Amino acid sequence: MPSDSRLRIRKQDSVVQIEFIDRNILDEGNIQMISEEISRLIDAETTPKLLISFANVDHLSSAALGALITINNKIRQKNGQLRLAGIDPQIYEVFVITRLNKLFQIHESVDDAIKSFG
Amino acid sequence: MTNQPRHSPDASHAGHSGGPIRHSAVVHHDRGEVEAVQDALEAAMAACGYSKASLFAVRLSFQEGIANAFNHGHKHLPPHTPAKVEFAVTPAEVLIAIEDQGPGFKPDAVADCTLDENLEVPRGRGVMLIRAYMHEVRYNDNGNRVEMIFRAKPSA
Repeated sequence: MPSDSRLRIRKQDSVVQIEFIDRNILDEGNIQMISEEISRLIDAETTPKLLISFANVDHLSSAALGALITINNKIRQKNGQLRLAGIDPQIYEVFVITRLNKLFQIHESVDDAIKSFG
Repeated sequence: MTNQPRHSPDASHAGHSGGPIRHSAVVHHDRGEVEAVQDALEAAMAACGYSKASLFAVRLSFQEGIANAFNHGHKHLPPHTPAKVEFAVTPAEVLIAIEDQGPGFKPDAVADCTLDENLEVPRGRGVMLIRAYMHEVRYNDNGNRVEMIFRAKPSA
């Protein structure tokens, strides 16, 4: 993993768990780096199971939502599964406004998300 | 455009009692320059007693407006082309204006990203988020200047 990673990553059983280091996922340069790093994780898995935790995140932008959609599309191309968890109520509202709560499988806690993988 | 933004009441006894806190800046596509304006905006809002939820709404809208100016407005311009940002904050409302030097766009022509067929399209959510979180959003005829207004929600 590169030393300038913006993510904390660990793999437990077959699930790749990802946490953001930054509290604000706003800056396009950072978002691109995060997106590329997660893409490499997906590439490394045969049937990726990814869990992204937003526990540390206070703000995100539409560019971050776009990156999540691209990640979701990429995972589905490999018949994988993506779960989101630990989203602050203010940020969850952004998902509701954009109806992306219908696209993503969002769970309240990381434990709930882990149990949901098929 | 008027809507019902989502935020908790703002303090009715704001510390700031003078005229509007105004700020005008020319910013480049540089994280530090943008954050400096954002910090000044949030300091002005804090001085006027706005809630944390109001700060969230305005920060998101400001960031989306800046991203639109540089990523779309200035897409075909030299990378160091600056945009103009102004704000005026009172305990009653926050006005933000962002003007880029691009050819402008037609905001009503942006596809509705909430339609089922567009949910998986990665772009096009900035304009709708600004409209969702701000009380009033207007563009000039050229479509290269956006003015957005956030109004304080009075406490009971």
